Amino acid sequence: MSILVYLIPAALFLALLGLGAFIWTVKSGQYDDMEGAKWRIFMDDDRDDHIPE
Amino acid sequence: MSIGDTEIDSRDRGCPTMGGPVAMPGAAADPSAFVRTEDDGLAHLDLLVRGARCAGCISKIEKGVNAIAGVQLSQLNLSTGKLSVNWIPGAADPGLIARTVADLGYQVSPYDPGEAEEMRDKQGRFLLLCMAVAGFAAMNIMLFSVSVWAGFNGEMQDTTRVFFHWMSALIALPAAAFAGQPFFRSAFASLRKGKANMDVPISLAVLLALGVSLYETMTGGEHAYFDAAVMLLFFLLIGRWLDHRLRGQTRLAARELLSLQAATANRVAEDGSVHAVQARDIEPGDTIILWPGDRAPVDGQIIEGRSDVDMALVSGESAPDLVKAGDAIRAGMVNLTDKLVVRASARTEDSLLAELTRLVEAGETARGRFVKLADRAAQAYVPIVHTLAALSFIGWIVAGAGVHHAVLIAAAVLIITCPCALGLAAPAVQIVAVGRLFKRGVLVKAGDALERLAEIDTVLVDKTGTLTLGKPRLINADEISADALVLAAKLARSSRHPLSRAIADLAGPGAVAKDAEETPGHGVEGTIDGVRVRLGRADWAGVEKQDEDRSGLWLVAKGAAPVHFIFEDAMREDAAQMVAGLKARGLRVEMLSGDREAPARAAAAEAGIEHVSFGLTPQEKIARVEALVSDGKKVLMIGDGLNDAPALAAANVSMSLASAADASQAAADMVLQGEKLGPILTAIDISRAARGRILQNFGFAAGYNMVAVPLAVFGFVTPMIAAIAMSSSSIVVTLNALRPFMIRHKS
Repeated sequence: MSILVYLIPAALFLALLGLGAFIWTVKSGQYDDMEGAKWRIFMDDDRDDHIPE
Repeated sequence: MSIGDTEIDSRDRGCPTMGGPVAMPGAAADPSAFVRTEDDGLAHLDLLVRGARCAGCISKIEKGVNAIAGVQLSQLNLSTGKLSVNWIPGAADPGLIARTVADLGYQVSPYDPGEAEEMRDKQGRFLLLCMAVAGFAAMNIMLFSVSVWAGFNGEMQDTTRVFFHWMSALIALPAAAFAGQPFFRSAFASLRKGKANMDVPISLAVLLALGVSLYETMTGGEHAYFDAAVMLLFFLLIGRWLDHRLRGQTRLAARELLSLQAATANRVAEDGSVHAVQARDIEPGDTIILWPGDRAPVDGQIIEGRSDVDMALVSGESAPDLVKAGDAIRAGMVNLTDKLVVRASARTEDSLLAELTRLVEAGETARGRFVKLADRAAQAYVPIVHTLAALSFIGWIVAGAGVHHAVLIAAAVLIITCPCALGLAAPAVQIVAVGRLFKRGVLVKAGDALERLAEIDTVLVDKTGTLTLGKPRLINADEISADALVLAAKLARSSRHPLSRAIADLAGPGAVAKDAEETPGHGVEGTIDGVRVRLGRADWAGVEKQDEDRSGLWLVAKGAAPVHFIFEDAMREDAAQMVAGLKARGLRVEMLSGDREAPARAAAAEAGIEHVSFGLTPQEKIARVEALVSDGKKVLMIGDGLNDAPALAAANVSMSLASAADASQAAADMVLQGEKLGPILTAIDISRAARGRILQNFGFAAGYNMVAVPLAVFGFVTPMIAAIAMSSSSIVVTLNALRPFMIRHKS
């Protein structure tokens, strides 16, 4: 069962990574504008080749 | 099906991109006074933009503002309506930024969040973090707990079990210390006041479970409740967060009152120059200029100018009054037609608007004393649970068990009885009901407003703007030729007077007479096709026969017969239907109007209301509401005017309309989004259904306790049973919360 000594810390480390990522998303304000985010995906400002000039 | 069942999409309303009404271009206050310099050396300004609803709005506003020379970054938050703009100090003009947004068709005002608001945002983030930590901990402890449960038949060695318990403790203790803060703090605060709220048994259960489990772990015992303690926090935090979101959902509406106060004013300096300053910096004796469309920031006296002024603040009626030099003007009144120079006589906090705000706040404080269903249940529940836990502890000691065993039993009782149903079920039912009502065009600001609405027995309605449309409408359109209407509209489009707006609305967009000039209190004059044309009061327009009806306009052009435009404030289409629906639900309906007796009685008769009070001032409206409330009646107040705001706040529960004054929307618990009154009935029906569902969940929780508690008291509850029972009861209660509305949706 000594394999647990390696596996459990490894599992916990991975889970902590996930928690850390979530905390980062909260702190960087990614849940502050839930309404705007769903509309912003429709904006393709990064490309202007679709507008014939 | 009731008449309120028409689905409207309230999202499209007011969005200029989707063809909604457009704010007046250029109608933007100068926000220079709200610019601040940040640590990064950039000038920073927050604006509150109203009417933005979709991707088109975001892109139009952000692109428009980013295109201004000097602007570094502009970002619009669609949930709150906050537009943040950064620029290099001196490189861009804040006034130009506000005008750019206004010219795009959005209402814009400086954004000035109160401290309470910022606290709420922080609290929301903190709850989300707590929830994430508790969820992480619960899942990872389960990893160990399930292994331990699976190994109970002897497959797991004692050393492995103890190792797993220690790992659980390592996760659970810091996680609970962090994620339990919302409960521990609230429980501590409540205990200091000598009371016990729902958080007391929660905190006690969590702390006791953790303490007992830690002791078990250290002594190599078999049972540890780390999973149950942390899962309990996780479920309850979901409920807390839902509740928080529910209250934050319509913060935009609540912010309207603040945006009235965060206004700027144009102050005339001693050298004659005009500067934009924050309204709260105005001192008595200052000279300020009110342009047409401006709202008076403080009380004062007019020293120069003549203009029509919208007095809705005081009377609730939409017909404007003519004011001239020497007259008094009160804060919140809107100047309509011509420039006014005003000498301030009071500071903002001493003005009528502030007085109304205080009345609204007083009403809201009184309403804060309403005890939510969940809290009422908790008040009965908490003592019983604690007595039970104490009794089982004493019972097992008396029966000869050791202190260690007795504490384990007491902890199991506390965990198994923890009020998940109360903490999770009520917010879950309410968030579903609020979402449902939102689709039907009713914006609900607080979950407990639904509980209060379900209890009402008396309904008070305002007349102008509530039962009626609140806007004059031309009633003799059939008698007026199309040419006359086109002619009148060319003059009317240049004016902000309500009667002119009524003609302009009817005629639609079109040309404006070039030299149109408005004489406040009389009418508009201009040259059209070389002919002088006047639109206004009979005596001014030059019509001999004086009509007793003041609400008429005359159109007089040389060489043509005068045309009479007659207006009336029309009843909303479904007003009578709504009143009948209220009566059918066993409610007593009464009308409170600031209007004169004759029109008030006529409107009441048309709507089918028997009880009428008329000629009421705002104070008398509150007095009527308070008299009913102190009589033990549960009062719903429906109103729209600024003069209704204090009465709206004083009632047990209140509704306002989307067309209502900002302050009234802020004071009301619910805001109807459409022109129809039918959703009032829908709201009452759904609130009653939601109340029934909450009570049902409490009944379920009580039944569950009746089965589980004896098991716990007599020592049959192992950590595995506690964990399964608790999560399954939470899930069942939540599913039950969603059930009735799913059925409604299908039909």
